[in-house]
Amino acid sequence: MHDMEERVIGALAQLELGDRLLTSPAAMASFGSDALTAFHQRPLAVVLAESVDDVVRAVRICHRERVPFVARGSGTSLSGGSLPVEGGIVIALNRLNRVLSVDPDARTATVQPGVINLDVSRAAASHGLAYAPDPSSQSICSIGGNVAFNSGGAHCLKHGMTSNHVIGMTVVLPDGELVTLGSDSTEPAGPDWVGMFCGSEGLFGIAVEVTLRLVPVPEAVRTSLAVYDSLQAAGDAVAQIVSAGLLPVAMEIMDALAIEAAEASVKPNYPSGAALLIVELEGEREVVDGDAARLDELLRASGASETTATEDPDARGLIWKGRKSAFSAVGWLAPDYIVQDGVVPRTRLGEALAEIDRMSAEAGIRVANVFHAGDGNLHPLILFDGREPGAVERAEHLAGEILRLCVSLGGSITGEHGIGVEKRAYLSLMFSPDDLALMGDVRRSIDPLELANRGKMLVPETVS
Amino acid sequence: MQHAIPVASLGPQAQPMADAIGSCVHCGFCLPTCPTYVTMGEEMDSPRGRIFLMKEVLEGELELEVALPFIDNCLGCQACQTACPSGVNYGELITPFRAYAEEHRHRDPMDRAQRELVLRTLPHPRRFRLAARLGRLGRPFAGLLPASMGSMLRLLPDRVPPAQPLPPVFPAQGERRARVALLAGCAQQVLAPDINWATLRVLARNGVETVIPAQQGCCGALAMHTGAAERAKPQARRNLAAFPADVDAVITNAAGCGSGMREYGLLFKGEPEEQAAQRLSDRTMDVSAFLDALGLRELPSVAPDPIPVAYHDACHLAHAQGVRSAPRKLLEASGAVRLVEPAEWELCCGSAGTYNIEKPAIAHQLGERKARNLLATGAQLIATGNIGCMTQVQQHLAALGHDIPVLHTLQVLDRAYAGTLHTKEHTA
Repeated sequence: MHDMEERVIGALAQLELGDRLLTSPAAMASFGSDALTAFHQRPLAVVLAESVDDVVRAVRICHRERVPFVARGSGTSLSGGSLPVEGGIVIALNRLNRVLSVDPDARTATVQPGVINLDVSRAAASHGLAYAPDPSSQSICSIGGNVAFNSGGAHCLKHGMTSNHVIGMTVVLPDGELVTLGSDSTEPAGPDWVGMFCGSEGLFGIAVEVTLRLVPVPEAVRTSLAVYDSLQAAGDAVAQIVSAGLLPVAMEIMDALAIEAAEASVKPNYPSGAALLIVELEGEREVVDGDAARLDELLRASGASETTATEDPDARGLIWKGRKSAFSAVGWLAPDYIVQDGVVPRTRLGEALAEIDRMSAEAGIRVANVFHAGDGNLHPLILFDGREPGAVERAEHLAGEILRLCVSLGGSITGEHGIGVEKRAYLSLMFSPDDLALMGDVRRSIDPLELANRGKMLVPETVS
Repeated sequence: MQHAIPVASLGPQAQPMADAIGSCVHCGFCLPTCPTYVTMGEEMDSPRGRIFLMKEVLEGELELEVALPFIDNCLGCQACQTACPSGVNYGELITPFRAYAEEHRHRDPMDRAQRELVLRTLPHPRRFRLAARLGRLGRPFAGLLPASMGSMLRLLPDRVPPAQPLPPVFPAQGERRARVALLAGCAQQVLAPDINWATLRVLARNGVETVIPAQQGCCGALAMHTGAAERAKPQARRNLAAFPADVDAVITNAAGCGSGMREYGLLFKGEPEEQAAQRLSDRTMDVSAFLDALGLRELPSVAPDPIPVAYHDACHLAHAQGVRSAPRKLLEASGAVRLVEPAEWELCCGSAGTYNIEKPAIAHQLGERKARNLLATGAQLIATGNIGCMTQVQQHLAALGHDIPVLHTLQVLDRAYAGTLHTKEHTA
């Protein structure tokens, strides 16, 4: 094994990357985790790629030497998606951060994978355009990771997830071959390779150039806050809004603990209550005005104790900052937490929340709830103190039970964070052994050596 | 983030360090505001990367010397603290960690000599004035010296204004509304004595009597923020004795000094002076925050043609002290300016105490980036609250061919009161 490591580092050294080939203990330590610190694995080496060619050459060496590799953008995965593999290398893409072009007529942008999500909208802003998918980490998460994990966000309720916004890409396959998937046409013929690559968690290779769809910045945006005396009431309101035929761009719910965390952190001045519903409408002026009147009526009828609405950009910005910081902000409430990402059908939202509440009380573990209610995508934050004996195990057990609940209600174990290493063991809740074997076959049809992001989502068959 | 730091065996400052590490969730929200991550693009040179490295060192999992290059790269700007959603007090980690590192590290003789030179010169107005005069003579030879020594010489001003000793008391005009004590500062007194005078005049005009304790000395921030805690302590003790308790506030007008004094409690943690130090820290306020809270009694008359002014957030004011809106409100109240906001306000200009001496290449990149962002606003005057930033920003604006005045917020107010604010003056 030691000879093998030396050979791999020697081969990488021939790429003449200079100080862009990292092997020092400090560097390996700091690249050992992404945003899921429950897992840590120091890689053998890190390549800081600055060109497509760097990526191709590094992957070719990995293929030749049969060394697994992991692509990493900003390292913000919540499922351990960019966790290094033992003895493997990390190909860091954060320096590939240029927006290559914005085409205002076609409403597309072509970007490198290390471009930060929010920077796409910044680059498109002067054309009155924006990139719609908005993960809460949009100020730092990168497009490459968004594509690999088909990231969602609060505003995906109306606009759809990442896969609805990617029309083409250039990909380095696990053997180092460079291929183009998709085309400029929005109605291509043949298999949907782009769709297959989106959300594949890096198992099919590394996207090195991505063409994204842009949307017009809406003429009017109105954000409403409504307070309820129970999570179930807030959940029911969401179902009523949808069944009334309204399509808000975002519908989010935060419970009292999540509100408390946000107030401790970014101080958004939310009204206090057992549950807070955030509803955002966007579109043409008249449409938003019309929808707003109907929404206000619906919120009142649904039993909201307090409602406010604003179109002021700063006030809206603060509302969203509070919501989008909520995961990290629970760091104020407890030393450790597990964030889950289960999905339930929207119609069973109230039921799921009541059950989670019961499970939390039974286990004696605090659970903060903050979620994309419109999608039925729950984010229970299980709070614990890892220094207490057995606390980690109890928290993990509750997390597992919540995922079981989601599946039993007809939902899924992940909405947008991905399986990664974190939820791999739960995949069998949703898929039969045959299903999983087929997924493995599909993976190995493109990557027979299972080099690309080995061990994420699927248990590898080959262990070299 | 979980850790196994042996808090009990690492001294009184281990707990704040461990708390900061424990509250980090490694989410990465700090990365886009970190000047070294933005310019260097590698995880070790990011806040969460450094937090992880410091954790490993304190746990005994990683050699100190291995982690130090990345710790040394940190500007200490604390932008990460502003960006952090989980409340990591990075300042309470990096400062004690640097002190810890200083005790255990090896420095080569050249490095030691330069460090001594800086720490023995900058905090002493008379020595610094002398050095500035001598340094000008040496400037033609800057290219022959090691990079950081050369950058020291280049930072020295072209001319040193004559010393303007401050009175022991500067009385309030009209009815007295408050009584404060002023930290006179050291390098600032040499480079821009007018800042203190402008501060005194504006405070007086607003009914504030200012005492300037004669026994005070350097605040110690420079030493504290570079790991020289043992050198900072005597300086801080001197100020603990010098500053009276019977004032409404202790006022600072240099962001770095203000944040340094507000860390006295941390500096003396676990020592007999801790409580007195904490009391002084709690009473210390930046002049802009104090004036904004007090409210301007008298507004300057509104100028017919307000000057577009970009306010540059000094890190040690915006991030370390959380003061962002007060100086802006004061500038707007001056009636003489129209505020314009630069992009990347949270990004350090690269001055950062002695950073532009220790890491000239990164400091230069950041300085140029800041100057470009400021120029892009179309501002005809830059206002800020820290002498280090003023020097750095001025230098980089000039390097890009723009001789735009850079003034302290209080200088802008002072000139607005006097009706002498214009865009042609040279920074003083």
